Amino acid sequence: MTVLSVKGLHKSFGGVQAVQDVNFQVAAGELLALIGPNGAGKSTCFNMLNGQLRPDTGVVTLLGRSLLGLAPRQIWRLGVGRTFQITATFNSMTVRENIQMALLSFHNGLMSFWRPANALYRDEAMALLDRVGMADQSERPCGILAYGDLKRVELAIALANQPKLLLMDEPTAGMAPTERIALMDLTAKLARQDDIAVLFTEHDMDVVFAQADRIIVLNRGRLIAEGSPDEVRANPEVQAVYLGSGAVFAGEGH
Amino acid sequence: MNRRTWLKWSAAFGIAVAGLMGSGAQAQDTIKLGEMNSYKNFAAFLEPYKKGWELAVEQINASGGLLGKKLEIVSRDDNGNPGDAVRIAEELVTREKVSFLIGTFPSHVGLAVASFAKEKKTLFIAAEPLTDKIVWDQGNKYTFRLRASTYMQTAMLVPEAAKLKKKRWAIVYPNYEYGQSATAAFKKLMKEVQPDVEFVIEQAPPLGKIEAGAVADAIAAAKPDAIFSSLFGADLAKFVREGQTRDLFKNMPVFNLLAGEPEYLDPLKDEAPVGWWVTGYPWYAITTPEHKAFADAYQKKFNDYPRLGSIVGYSMVQSAAAVIKKAGTLDTEKLVAAMKGLTHSTPLGNITYRPQDNQSTMGAYVGKIGLKDGKGIMTDWYYADGAKFLPSDADVAKMRPAQ
Amino acid sequence: MAARPSGRGHFFPSFFPRVAALLANIVIQFMNGLAGASSLFLVAAGLSIIFGVSRIVNFAHGSLYMLGVYLAYSLIEFFGRSSIFGFWGGVLGAAIAVGLIGVVIEVLVLRRIYRAPELFQLLATFALVLVIKDAALYFWGAEDLVGPRAAGLRGAVEIMGKRFPQYDLVLIAIGPLVLGLLWLLLNRTRWGTLVRAATQDREMVGALGVNQSGLFTSVFFLGAFLAGLGGAVQIPREPAQLMLDITVISDAFVVVVVGGMGSIGGAFLAALLIAQAKAFCIGIGDVSIFGATLSFTKFTLVVEFVIMAIVLVVRPLGLLGKLQGAQRGAATVEPPLYPLTRPFWIAVVGLVALLALMPLGGDDYLLVLLIDIAVFSVFAATLHFLMGPSGMVSFGHAAYFGLGCYGAALALLKLKLPMELALLAAPLASGLGALVFGWFCVRLSGVYLAMLTLAFAQISWSVIYQWDAFTGGSNGLVGLWPSEWLKDRTAFYLFTLALCAASIIFLWRVVHAPFGYVLRAGRDSALRADAIGIDVRRFQWYGFILAGVFAGLAGGLFAFSKGSISPETLAVSRSVDGLVMVLLGGVQTLTGPVAGAAVFTWLQDSIARNTEYWRAILGLAILVIVLAFPQGIAGFLKQATARFTSAREREVVR
Repeated sequence: MTVLSVKGLHKSFGGVQAVQDVNFQVAAGELLALIGPNGAGKSTCFNMLNGQLRPDTGVVTLLGRSLLGLAPRQIWRLGVGRTFQITATFNSMTVRENIQMALLSFHNGLMSFWRPANALYRDEAMALLDRVGMADQSERPCGILAYGDLKRVELAIALANQPKLLLMDEPTAGMAPTERIALMDLTAKLARQDDIAVLFTEHDMDVVFAQADRIIVLNRGRLIAEGSPDEVRANPEVQAVYLGSGAVFAGEGH
Repeated sequence: MNRRTWLKWSAAFGIAVAGLMGSGAQAQDTIKLGEMNSYKNFAAFLEPYKKGWELAVEQINASGGLLGKKLEIVSRDDNGNPGDAVRIAEELVTREKVSFLIGTFPSHVGLAVASFAKEKKTLFIAAEPLTDKIVWDQGNKYTFRLRASTYMQTAMLVPEAAKLKKKRWAIVYPNYEYGQSATAAFKKLMKEVQPDVEFVIEQAPPLGKIEAGAVADAIAAAKPDAIFSSLFGADLAKFVREGQTRDLFKNMPVFNLLAGEPEYLDPLKDEAPVGWWVTGYPWYAITTPEHKAFADAYQKKFNDYPRLGSIVGYSMVQSAAAVIKKAGTLDTEKLVAAMKGLTHSTPLGNITYRPQDNQSTMGAYVGKIGLKDGKGIMTDWYYADGAKFLPSDADVAKMRPAQ
Repeated sequence: MAARPSGRGHFFPSFFPRVAALLANIVIQFMNGLAGASSLFLVAAGLSIIFGVSRIVNFAHGSLYMLGVYLAYSLIEFFGRSSIFGFWGGVLGAAIAVGLIGVVIEVLVLRRIYRAPELFQLLATFALVLVIKDAALYFWGAEDLVGPRAAGLRGAVEIMGKRFPQYDLVLIAIGPLVLGLLWLLLNRTRWGTLVRAATQDREMVGALGVNQSGLFTSVFFLGAFLAGLGGAVQIPREPAQLMLDITVISDAFVVVVVGGMGSIGGAFLAALLIAQAKAFCIGIGDVSIFGATLSFTKFTLVVEFVIMAIVLVVRPLGLLGKLQGAQRGAATVEPPLYPLTRPFWIAVVGLVALLALMPLGGDDYLLVLLIDIAVFSVFAATLHFLMGPSGMVSFGHAAYFGLGCYGAALALLKLKLPMELALLAAPLASGLGALVFGWFCVRLSGVYLAMLTLAFAQISWSVIYQWDAFTGGSNGLVGLWPSEWLKDRTAFYLFTLALCAASIIFLWRVVHAPFGYVLRAGRDSALRADAIGIDVRRFQWYGFILAGVFAGLAGGLFAFSKGSISPETLAVSRSVDGLVMVLLGGVQTLTGPVAGAAVFTWLQDSIARNTEYWRAILGLAILVIVLAFPQGIAGFLKQATARFTSAREREVVR
């Protein structure tokens, strides 16, 4: 089942074509990696999907419903969870409260002035933390967590609205290599369990080729390749782009 | 915050409360008066004022005190702020157990304390607030005012202004109640004596923030025949200098309330604007015995010459002493009754607290500014008795709310 | 502003014969504006440079200006007022001396608290204002000192038939001259490069191995020097007096914010804009439109704040402002809230019960003081609600307190409502004000937001200050005493205590409730909040209104406890008092504002009684507290107790 469908996406900044005619789809339970060298237009592309940028032309639909012109918070309400390249969590709250925050928003319980938030949706929050392996740290403030743990917290937050689609911008950036694989393993497992479509951008080719079901490659704003990891790896244009940019393909990462 | 923190806090609070409760014992052989003023906000006027009342207290106690007791003044700074002033009034009345209240400078503070005096049924002698409202629109039974009000001082200048038969007048005033009242009174009184008078421009700069050059140029552009101003302090100094540089005052009669008061005239030094008609206080030239006695004692005690503030502070305590003597008691209602029509001597001569509106008849000196030895002085001056510059009793009765 | 129903003045003067005169008037007012802009620019440039590098919002900048005026007065007297060297030597000497005072301040005070939360630095500089004011009083006395005219430049020149002071021509030149020199200094020297780099990214400069403390000290010298110079060159135009500090600091803030924080060119433009606006308001005078007279001269009271409000609404970063790098202190993360546990509530109930027993002590004045403390606790708690959980610092919170005062007073006096109902009008009025002002404010952040709140507060203040017929103008309104059953002091005390305690408890609950959590979420990470479906601005707006409502209730109680109100209830000084209370108590603790309000009110009451120099003592007390307990009083107590308490807290500390 197609969850996210992108057709004819265009965006230019002051005459520079940042993204041109990009088309792709993500299916439920599928991990789609969006890769490309620096400046290829990955972030622009991503930001048009999550509502931070408005495309010049094109169609973006979630389960048949257009996302164009919606603010990020409205897109979230339709069932799109997000994680950021640099984690964004509520640092003055405990891990559990971070999840509770998302749950409160999901259950439209924000305009409440009396009952302590801390006691609301507690079990649900713990269940989510359990799924990402953070239950034992639930009472620690987010501000003092290790970076890898923060990523997991973000993942749990992203799962709080029972999303149909997860948008993950560089989910493993800043993590140690072993942690990266573990995080994406976890993501893949959760996606498959809940039938969530996952679109992620990634620099680390080990992660990409180990975890992605499919890969799309962006260069200078255009999609130059799409297919299984093996197909993409074998694509000469992709090889040229990556060799040209100096990145090591299938290597150690960076 | 947790329990332990709370316990600590409660303990700290308890200590604070205990400390607060420990003050304010009342001796039986003194009469306490509660004095409050905005010493920090209007220091130029109020430092001499404080010296004035200190001198009066010293003299009264040296001559045996009042009703056989020593007079003591408990003085507080009210921060020029009505909220603080009322709190301090409460403190003076409830904790210091003062017999009544005296003092205050800015009009809004005076009015707030007057309202307090009425509510708590305490006598209040407002020394300095110039606002007409304190005895008229918002007057009350318990509040009396010593100084000649804005209306009275304006009225003192009007006869001189009318003599000139100038038609086109410019007005400049600080943009708050005092300046507004002075302007309104001037326009009303001038229209009465000279119906063809025209007010061609009004400038209302914010208090303490006059853009003097621009104001002087704007007035010049309106081509007036004469100027009426109620500026004082730094605003006045700036206006004088910028106007002089721009030749605004050449052949231009100017009338300025208060500008002859040493507090505002002396800082101008050799730039004092010669020829301006002003109200003020020519302490150096007054030869009446009561003033001479005061001025000598003052100079001797403080090694400084008196300002108008000194007179106000001194006379205020004289009023307080006179009313206590007259009433023979510290009972508020009897004191209030004794204030009505109370007459006593001050360095400026005898004054009477009018029974119809609780306003004293203290006057002011009207004269022209001159220069002597590089200092501004008042010349051609005369004492304008306050009693002659008040509205008719019928008008006063109309303005004052029913008791 | 104030409209009066008289028909004097002409909207269209019969201008054919007057064109030449009109033109001359316009030119001369334009020149007046230019002269006024110069000194404003110097002060603002100094403030801007200090802010850019150290991120310190220097409240004491106006005090440095004031010192510049006083020192110039004394030095010119010393060097001889009649010689050209005496005058300019005095001016320059004063500026250098003020620069050195800036260095002393930086080394002795500010350097120790660079790592403290930035609001604490604000508090420290405010304490300096108090100390410097009393120092000036001590050295120069209370009387206004009218400075000498500039030697050699006493006269005037003829411009289009009008006389214009020679000295003002020099002033007109000084502004652009200093702007040019600053540009050269910042763009053509290594030191300037470092300053610009530090303005953009402080951490990077540290990483480059630059001697940061040397850089900061020199920047303070320059900033203070400019403030001192701005004051010193005004000596022929501005008598030295003790109110200058407050007047100038608010003008300088406005100029810096209108120009864009950290932008020198912007400050120049803004100074020009504001000075010209003032000069032309004065030049235009009264204008009659449709039979009503509009007084532009009265408008000068508030014109700069109106300009600031408009600029900030249209351009949230000022005329030439750029987005600043991350604020310092962003790294200090607030610890999580602890749930309000049973022992906490027992302690609260116990304290309230204890307070309710106070009337038995028989000290009436204690009740008066406690009423003040209760009222200001609510005021401070609402300000804390904005500054802490919501992350919106307000420099104009008194607006809502004052609107509450006036709402209650007008309902009582004009609508003749009984006091109980009139008290309800207080939160209504302030809530309405917060609803309108808040809508604009939540669109900004940081210092810009704070300055917009100040602008709205000043605009409200000036309307109330001038609207004689309705609000009583500068005199305010009197005769606001409570109903018969509350006339007794004990009754009113218990009534106030009950309402204030209930309000504070409600606010505490709100902070712990989902609504408070949303506000904290928006403050911690607007990006994340948005990504979980939260409309941050909308909730900030609601939070703003909620804070406004309760601040207004405090105002209403204040009005009835004092029996009279005046525009001071919404003046800057009231807002600053609120800030000091919150910061004294500690922003990061919920109980802090109550502690701060109590300590501040009590300190002010007890110190003022015992010494003439109470301001300086209050200032020094604040400095000691700031330097010793950078987390505030309650924060300090919390930290001290944290060492002994439960494992849960130790976990946090670790």
